[in-house]
Amino acid sequence: MELLDFLTSSAELSSGSGPEDHVVLSSRVRLARNVKGVPFPGRAKKKVQQETCDTIKPLVSAASAMRGGFTAGMGDLKALHKQLLVERHLISREHAAKTGGSALILNKDETLSVMVNEEDHIRMQALMPGMQIKQVWQKIDRFDTSLEKKIDYGYDASYGYLTACPTNLGTGIRVSAMLHLPGLVLTDQVNQIVQAVTKLGHAVRGLYGEGTEALGHIFQVSNQMTLGESEADIIERIHKVVLQIIEHETNARANLQQSKSKELYNHVGRAYGVLSNAHIVSSKESMNQLSLIRLGVKLGMFEDLEVSVVDELFLVAQPAHLQQFAGEKLSGDERDVHRANLLRDRLSGVKGVQLSE
Amino acid sequence: MTEIVNGQMKKIDLCEECAKEKGVTDPQGFALADLLLGLGASSEMDSAGTELECPTCGFTQADFKKTGRLGCSVCYTVFAEPLEGMLKQMHKGVQHIGKVPKALRAKLDITKQRDHLNEQLQKAIETENYEEAARLRDQLKELEVVSASGKEE
Repeated sequence: MELLDFLTSSAELSSGSGPEDHVVLSSRVRLARNVKGVPFPGRAKKKVQQETCDTIKPLVSAASAMRGGFTAGMGDLKALHKQLLVERHLISREHAAKTGGSALILNKDETLSVMVNEEDHIRMQALMPGMQIKQVWQKIDRFDTSLEKKIDYGYDASYGYLTACPTNLGTGIRVSAMLHLPGLVLTDQVNQIVQAVTKLGHAVRGLYGEGTEALGHIFQVSNQMTLGESEADIIERIHKVVLQIIEHETNARANLQQSKSKELYNHVGRAYGVLSNAHIVSSKESMNQLSLIRLGVKLGMFEDLEVSVVDELFLVAQPAHLQQFAGEKLSGDERDVHRANLLRDRLSGVKGVQLSE
Repeated sequence: MTEIVNGQMKKIDLCEECAKEKGVTDPQGFALADLLLGLGASSEMDSAGTELECPTCGFTQADFKKTGRLGCSVCYTVFAEPLEGMLKQMHKGVQHIGKVPKALRAKLDITKQRDHLNEQLQKAIETENYEEAARLRDQLKELEVVSASGKEE
């Protein structure tokens, strides 16, 4: 089956909402596992890598959780399609660069994905919308348990699950939540929050992980320590931190509405004005303006705009989705025009609520 | 790009050239090894004296410095000594507490983990390293909880 026939449409994907989705865009847990006695992918010879991939791939796709899912070798996927998967957070940028000897397995609704031979032999993740950190952990934990019956994992009584990078050693777990924090950014509080969260030993990153910018006021919070602490405790700590950030963000928004409503409406109104009228819009600009519109929608500033429409635009305004939508390869300049057309088309005519004096 | 340095968020606008120079556009170029070694492991890796090499995969200390990653599971035994300090800085503890593959669970682990922790605890008390001792005691407590919940299953 072709990847495109398989993938959920952007509209459908964005229509799913989760708890606390005014702040939490998605929750994710990934586990790193390796096959006992086989060199890690970075060290394995091409032939060994291929063999490992050929062994793991059918075992993973045969798992009951993967019924009706999608399996492909990374060498068989088109570059554009790999980019689509990156934009959906289903594979890493590193994995997109892989070819033969690596694979991807997705379950039917794209909530489970497994990368074979990324940095580790197996990188599995569960991803769900909104604040569902605990549910996501249960899902991936069950899946991992089902796999361990078929795959002999590299495991040590002291070091736990052995991983290629010592930063993942032990539980091999990375728990993360994608947070939309325009209120904290607009009220200049986000630095304080980032500092506090970092002090607690968690990492804060931009939209696409390591080394990326916090475009669209979107921040990723995740654990850094994986050894010496149980999965349950790691989950619990991140859960608590995220709940606190939700509270701060909600307060910041309420404050803006109360004491700076003119400025707030001005920001949101201008963002709407730009995106519903512009003819050239860069990826960065669309993210930042859509972020403000999303804030406006969640504060009830638009009469007939659903948040799912904004979330869908967040997704389809990205380079690979845009080219997929256009049905052709586009240069950077062409993309900016296509993006502007798409945004105008979807956003013009939306009624805004007037600020009462 | 936004950099978070010591908890301070720094925003830098880069042109494409500079971004390339800084290695921003190349995710592989993100000097992970430097980052890890910056945590104080560099000196320990050096002072280990003779160049260690993994007999299974041929991985050397130099390779580790370059990539920040290990070659295979045996490497963890080979490089155990120089790794120890680094792991201590990086993680909450150096003893895994958490999920154990079912097949192994019955056999060994909890007892072994407990013995290992107790041993370390004794050492910490002898050297009057109370901070470490307190941490180990917490880990032991946590282990009891884990083992109790395991029995309920």
